[in-house]
Amino acid sequence: MSYFSDIINGTKSLLIGMRITGKYFFVNFLTRKDVITEQYPDNLETLNMFDRYRGEVTMYHNENNEHRCDACTLCEKACPNGSIEIISDKELNPETGKNVRYIVKHIYHLEMCTMCGLCIEACPQDAIQWGQNFHHVQYDRGKLTKVLNKPGSKIMIKTKEKK
Amino acid sequence: MILNIFTDIHNLLLGLMSAKAVHITELVLIGVAYLGIFAVLGLFLVWLERRVAGFFQLRLGPNRVGPSGLFQTIADALKLVSKELTGTVKADKQLYKIAPYFVITTALMAMALIPFSQEIQAFDINIGVFFLISVSSIGVLGIFLAGWSSNNKYSLIGGMRTGIQMISYELSVGMAVVTMVVLAGTLQISEIVELQKSGWFIFTGHIPAIIAFMIFMIAGTAESNRVPFDLVEAESELGAGFHTEYSGMRFAYYFLAEFVNMFIIASIAVVLFFGGWLSPFGITDAIPFAGLFWFTVKVIAVIFIFMWFRWTFPRFRIDQLLTLEWKYLLPINMVNIVLMALMVWLGLTF
Repeated sequence: MSYFSDIINGTKSLLIGMRITGKYFFVNFLTRKDVITEQYPDNLETLNMFDRYRGEVTMYHNENNEHRCDACTLCEKACPNGSIEIISDKELNPETGKNVRYIVKHIYHLEMCTMCGLCIEACPQDAIQWGQNFHHVQYDRGKLTKVLNKPGSKIMIKTKEKK
Repeated sequence: MILNIFTDIHNLLLGLMSAKAVHITELVLIGVAYLGIFAVLGLFLVWLERRVAGFFQLRLGPNRVGPSGLFQTIADALKLVSKELTGTVKADKQLYKIAPYFVITTALMAMALIPFSQEIQAFDINIGVFFLISVSSIGVLGIFLAGWSSNNKYSLIGGMRTGIQMISYELSVGMAVVTMVVLAGTLQISEIVELQKSGWFIFTGHIPAIIAFMIFMIAGTAESNRVPFDLVEAESELGAGFHTEYSGMRFAYYFLAEFVNMFIIASIAVVLFFGGWLSPFGITDAIPFAGLFWFTVKVIAVIFIFMWFRWTFPRFRIDQLLTLEWKYLLPINMVNIVLMALMVWLGLTF
């Protein structure tokens, strides 16, 4: 008779389900061990996002305050929202005797950025990259407009070896 | 001791006015007290549900407003009070407005019979269990009216499903209760509790009592429209079901009544199977207020099982719902009543 075995099997499988969820409940109720909730404003110091998180566009600077940006403006052209503005200038290189373009300000409007990543894909030098900072809250919209190249920074002297 | 407080208040009122006026005043006072209990209980259970759900899903649940988020639901209720009461243009206005009160009133009427402790029971009649069952089925009318009067297809489908579900599962609840009444031999709630001083019915009635308890829990879940029997308000299919068109406080009435109904079902289970306000083995019989404590603990334990169901089982399809009732629960229940009667007749109960 499948009627009675249905009842028994049904009850058994329901109890197995309840055992699994019950384990979740009691473990988390007593120890809070597996709780995955981030208590956002409280744990700001310890909360780190994973590497692929798209928090904001940053420019890489090495320890000598040098970056890789040569002001090619490809990122500015790639950006669909116009969130990137590049102010550049030329100066004479005494060694080669040529005018070399260098960056004055790499202006990044975070308030307009949709984190699409097209600028980072477009960059031939890998000068800009994703930062994992997500805590952008400000009371003034102007504070979201950032200059990515640090003051006094220079372009890195290109080495021949590939990255 | 708590009885003394009640008699003190009674004597105080007698000193102020005539006996008839005292009677009416006391009725009003008790009514207001029960309204207060209703609101506090509803809010507490909503908080409990959300908190328990959080732990089941590896979350924390509400934990910001007050200690452990205890005041979260009060904040929610305040928000709902301040909301506009909307309705559809072609709704049946009168029915639409009175429908929530059906649910509230019946929940309150059923609550009057619940023995919170030996002394605290507003209304102890000799057909108590019968009254509880009949009153709790009137509450369906409120849901049904809401579904009909909203003039919305989702509401209507939700209301119709309520009808189907209630007609089916009312039977199972009733028969599971009847099984225990066979064992108790009385319908009066205070007497049923008294009889369990020698042992809770779930132990004295052993096999048929346990089967009756399981059926009662299943059918009780269906009675209070909770998952896995929440076809009435199936969010993924019907919007919000019968209360799709309700907003503000009218919605809150339904919401609170749903949780209070769960409390009532759990209380009936506790009274019939776990000895109501009695302490286990009579360990705290001498302490005042102990009855209230044990009753609360037991009811919350049963409510926790309902919540456990909710966060474990997926929703039924409507034909599965009816198959479960008419092909499984009802025949088992009928056999179970006969079994219980035989046991009582042969003296096989403890």
